[in-house]
Amino acid sequence: MTTVPYSSSLGRETTYLNHSHKIRSWLLTLDHKRIAILYMISITFFFVIGGIAAVLMRLELMTPQGDLVKAETYNKLFTMHGVMMVFFFLIPSIPAVLGNFLIPLMVGAKDLAFPRLNLASWYLFMTGGIFALVALVAGGVDTGWTFYTPYSSNYSNTYVVLTVVGIFINGFSSILTGLNFIVTIHTMRAPGLTWFRLPLFCWSLYATSLIFILGTPVLAITLVLVGVERIFHIGVFDPSLGGDPILFQHLFWFYSHPAVYIMVLPSMGVVSEVITCFSRKRIFGYAFVAFSSVAIAVLGFLVWGHHLFVSGQSIYGGLIFSILSFMVAIPSGVKVFNWTATLYKGSISLQTPMLYVLGFIGLFTIGGLTGLYVASIAVDVHVTDTYFIIAHFHYIMVGGAVMAYMAGIHFWWPKMTGKMYPEWWGRFSALMIFVGFNLTFFPQFILGYLGMPRRYYAYAPEFQALNVLSTAGASILGIGYLLPLLYLLWSLRWGKDAGPNPFRATGLEWKTSSPPPTENFEKTPIVNEEAYAYHRMEMTGDTVATH
Amino acid sequence: MDTSFRLLPETASTMASQVDALYFFLNAVAAFFALLIFALILYFSLRYRRRSESERPAPVATNLKLELLWTIIPFLITMVLFSWSARLFIQMSHSPKDAMRINVVGKQWMWKIQHQDGQREINALHVPVGKPIELMMTSQDVIHSFYVPAFRAKQDVLPGSYSRLAFTPTKVGEYHLFCAEYCGDQHSGMIGKVVVMEPDKYDAWLAGVIPDEPPALAGERLFAQYGCMACHGQRGPTMAGLYGRKVELNDGTTVVADEQYLHESIFDPANKIVRGFTPLMPSFRGQLTEEQVMQLIAYIKSLQYSQSTQEQQ
Repeated sequence: MTTVPYSSSLGRETTYLNHSHKIRSWLLTLDHKRIAILYMISITFFFVIGGIAAVLMRLELMTPQGDLVKAETYNKLFTMHGVMMVFFFLIPSIPAVLGNFLIPLMVGAKDLAFPRLNLASWYLFMTGGIFALVALVAGGVDTGWTFYTPYSSNYSNTYVVLTVVGIFINGFSSILTGLNFIVTIHTMRAPGLTWFRLPLFCWSLYATSLIFILGTPVLAITLVLVGVERIFHIGVFDPSLGGDPILFQHLFWFYSHPAVYIMVLPSMGVVSEVITCFSRKRIFGYAFVAFSSVAIAVLGFLVWGHHLFVSGQSIYGGLIFSILSFMVAIPSGVKVFNWTATLYKGSISLQTPMLYVLGFIGLFTIGGLTGLYVASIAVDVHVTDTYFIIAHFHYIMVGGAVMAYMAGIHFWWPKMTGKMYPEWWGRFSALMIFVGFNLTFFPQFILGYLGMPRRYYAYAPEFQALNVLSTAGASILGIGYLLPLLYLLWSLRWGKDAGPNPFRATGLEWKTSSPPPTENFEKTPIVNEEAYAYHRMEMTGDTVATH
Repeated sequence: MDTSFRLLPETASTMASQVDALYFFLNAVAAFFALLIFALILYFSLRYRRRSESERPAPVATNLKLELLWTIIPFLITMVLFSWSARLFIQMSHSPKDAMRINVVGKQWMWKIQHQDGQREINALHVPVGKPIELMMTSQDVIHSFYVPAFRAKQDVLPGSYSRLAFTPTKVGEYHLFCAEYCGDQHSGMIGKVVVMEPDKYDAWLAGVIPDEPPALAGERLFAQYGCMACHGQRGPTMAGLYGRKVELNDGTTVVADEQYLHESIFDPANKIVRGFTPLMPSFRGQLTEEQVMQLIAYIKSLQYSQSTQEQQ
């Protein structure tokens, strides 16, 4: 056991939340926990904007002909949906909210290594977001979140430069956050907290941070080049100016494929924390799970060419990227098998975070297995740029990353706020999200194999039935996301007090009070055991029951 | 076009049923692993559900054999998938020598097609059943993608270079043609149909369409109109017998004079100068459309060796 007594949760003592209520104390805070809350509020806002765009798209797609909005508007909607969800919600979601809040707590530190840099990251994020929002309000952008040239650089008549500048600035927020995490994990671990005693959440965010630092600059410079070509007509990507449009795709996917792992690696970290707690077992194959994160991060940098199978890349190039893409499936599969094996002979409690995590495993499994279809180069020729791809990556990014984010938010909500979320509502909305998600996206696999291209505002009549199913699913999914927003806010005032460790979880973050004091721990904790030592944990006592 | 509800697209090319076979195998693999994981999760969640708050299950040691098993078996399966799909991909990328060649130009937001004898179509492509077809495609503006789901065939169409798409239709009928790469406002309107016909019906169709000048003839006219012969053959390299030949360049390298090279030499003539010549030629970018460049190339291709040997003598 860790040898630090935690302060009792009798309430009214000073916490990071109540030591000051001034706006200034939030906007100039250097506390990683407060910055995490700032991020949580901001990304929720961007999620809502991206979500509204999705709702309008799904409504338009109820009928084959275009009727609700104009084609130009539809194109701006899917661009806004992609830009908001990818750059301003998914990429920062788990790292900037949960990572910021938890990494110092999990390693037993008072804060991240560079608190000022951390606050600067949030301001950069918001500045980038404001640029993207201004572009939206001014009239939008219609290139798709992929900004393919020469359409984006010389043909589109929308606010490409503003949006690109926003994403460029936002990129620095990612880079600095990654740097902060890496330095913190290297230098600020509590005495006795060796690398192999680290919670897997820290391992997965470490791997994510590597991608932030190595990949983001490539995206930043690529987007600068798009701006340069657009403003100064210096030929980089447009062949009529002497450029090469495929070069853009190589550069863009060199970042944006690893970006998928930026979204899903932190999710895997959350899953490892939650599944151990709710089955009271240490993770099966800890080393395999830890190293598979690193393997995914490394291999993830070598597979970008699988986005270019029909772009005119050489046949041999295509074949090499195909075999490397199959390789990524192996460490992903290893993780799924190890999580499942963790359940074996456990003591399983299906509380809300666990429901989300089991949902994650199921949906991530489908997302991963359909990855085999698109790695199979001859099948990808048929399904690329169709709804099959849309379904596949939503299973990974929404079924995977968002489910895990929801699991994490519920799991650590008591730690962040000191209050319990309402358990029944939690389970109910987890179920709604699972059902709504599958109804939305499973039909899209069939649509894609039938040949319905993505980014189509109007479509052939035989695709209608499956589109109606998908829209019906989306409405369930929408309510599923709205409920947690409401009941979590409700719980801030009316929720039960959580106490320091409502789920009887291991990990240093549970050894301090909820919400923690500004300095996290009264005394630096000392660690003398592995992570997830549930078999040695005291399971009796007065911890608040959670039903 | 069959517009009834279905779960699989029509199968109308030699590759389509082969791609479907791999798809069915993938479905089987995916279903097996997905059901295995779902069943295990469900079973464990019920079998080992928490019965008392004070439960503290004994840890289970990591089993190296099991770890190796679920690393190696998936690895082997992925290698089967890789070699199967790679074989199909190589097969579909190869176009037979006797393929019928058709020119395609994509532009916002239409497909312009020209047959070898000059017949033009917009947003429709008529082809005979059973004959290998090779499309030579380029774009006038942004990237498009020529996609015929019933053939399981798709290829991006790029500005500034040529891409090829080969297929052999096997079933008479009308099939969707979609643009699959987002290309602006009317992207979803950049659609058309591929009409696969019996060979005799196809011939009748060809005869019924008043053909434009065949591309090679139109190219010859353009060659004269733009004054190309003022230089080529005298101060500039001759075009006779050029197509498909190796050309020595000023910097000592050689290139094969294929469509890509000819296209580049018309739009960016200073990029690759033939050995012994000076860079005098102006760029024709903005003066010639992509279709006209294709016609010029067709003309240059028509100037084969028999003629060139005569000229040289």
